[in-house]
Amino acid sequence: MSGITFTYKIEGGDFVNAGKASSEIKRTLKQLNVAQKTIRRVVVSLYEAEVNIVAHAHRGNIDVAINSENISIILKDEGPGIKDIDKAMEVGFSTASPSVISMGFGAGMGLPNMKKNSDYLNVESEVGVGTTVTIKVALIE
Amino acid sequence: MIDMKPEKLIDIISGNMLHLAGDDSLNLDTVIASDLMSDVLTLENEPDILVTGLANTQCIRTAEMADIPFVIIAKGKKVSQEIIDLAREGDIYLISTHLSIYKCCGLLYTHGIKDTF
Ligand SMILES: Nc1ncnc2c1ncn2[C@@H]1O[C@H](COP(=O)(O)OP(=O)(O)O)[C@@H](O)[C@H]1O
Ligand SMILES: [Mg+2]
Repeated sequence: MSGITFTYKIEGGDFVNAGKASSEIKRTLKQLNVAQKTIRRVVVSLYEAEVNIVAHAHRGNIDVAINSENISIILKDEGPGIKDIDKAMEVGFSTASPSVISMGFGAGMGLPNMKKNSDYLNVESEVGVGTTVTIKVALIE
Repeated sequence: MIDMKPEKLIDIISGNMLHLAGDDSLNLDTVIASDLMSDVLTLENEPDILVTGLANTQCIRTAEMADIPFVIIAKGKKVSQEIIDLAREGDIYLISTHLSIYKCCGLLYTHGIKDTF
């Protein structure tokens, strides 16, 4: 299957650069003439996921694959992992530090919002090792 | 629909123009006021204005992802060059005001700007 791919490296705690990947993907989807509402769903999900690596993990990689029909995003991090994924998916559950809260995040709304805005969301995690989040959104109706 | 162009709005809130975006015919009808960026990112519809007391790069990133073209940083918070540069990159209006969030929103309300959900 032909398409375009992108890879980004994310550093834990680096709030200055959080959102760079989302910004670049937004620009790419615009160039591909994807509908505005669809782009918004993709980049809102990706941005919350990117912020989660910065906020909760040590470092990670984002792999994005775009073809004419779908965008598929895999965010794989090294970090503390998630003990109870069902709990983490609940609105309001958060273990965010005060510094994350001071950045405007850490209300436990990221994962539920990623679920709402994507067509497919999968979270896999191993405590003490890391977390892998997969997001897919259809780019055409 | 009300007629509220950037220039008029900036005047109403005694705003400092930190970055003026390209589109000066923008009509500013709707607003969200929040310091919680996750909250802004859950809105179904994109407001025209974000009022926040949060002076960091994430408020510009959030506006960019949520398609909000006009950001007001209230409470006289110091806005770093990094934030201004990001607003320029994303072609987003960035205005600061010494007004409190309460006063700023009160003025927007009395001039007919509506809530977003
Ligand atoms: N990449 C990750 N690594 C470790 N923990 C995570 C990760 N992503 C999410 N979590 C856990 O799930 C919780 C809920 O995430 P989220 O809904 O995005 O809310 P928030 O980030 O605001 O806390 C986080 O507080 C954290 O405990
Ligand atoms: Mg989060």
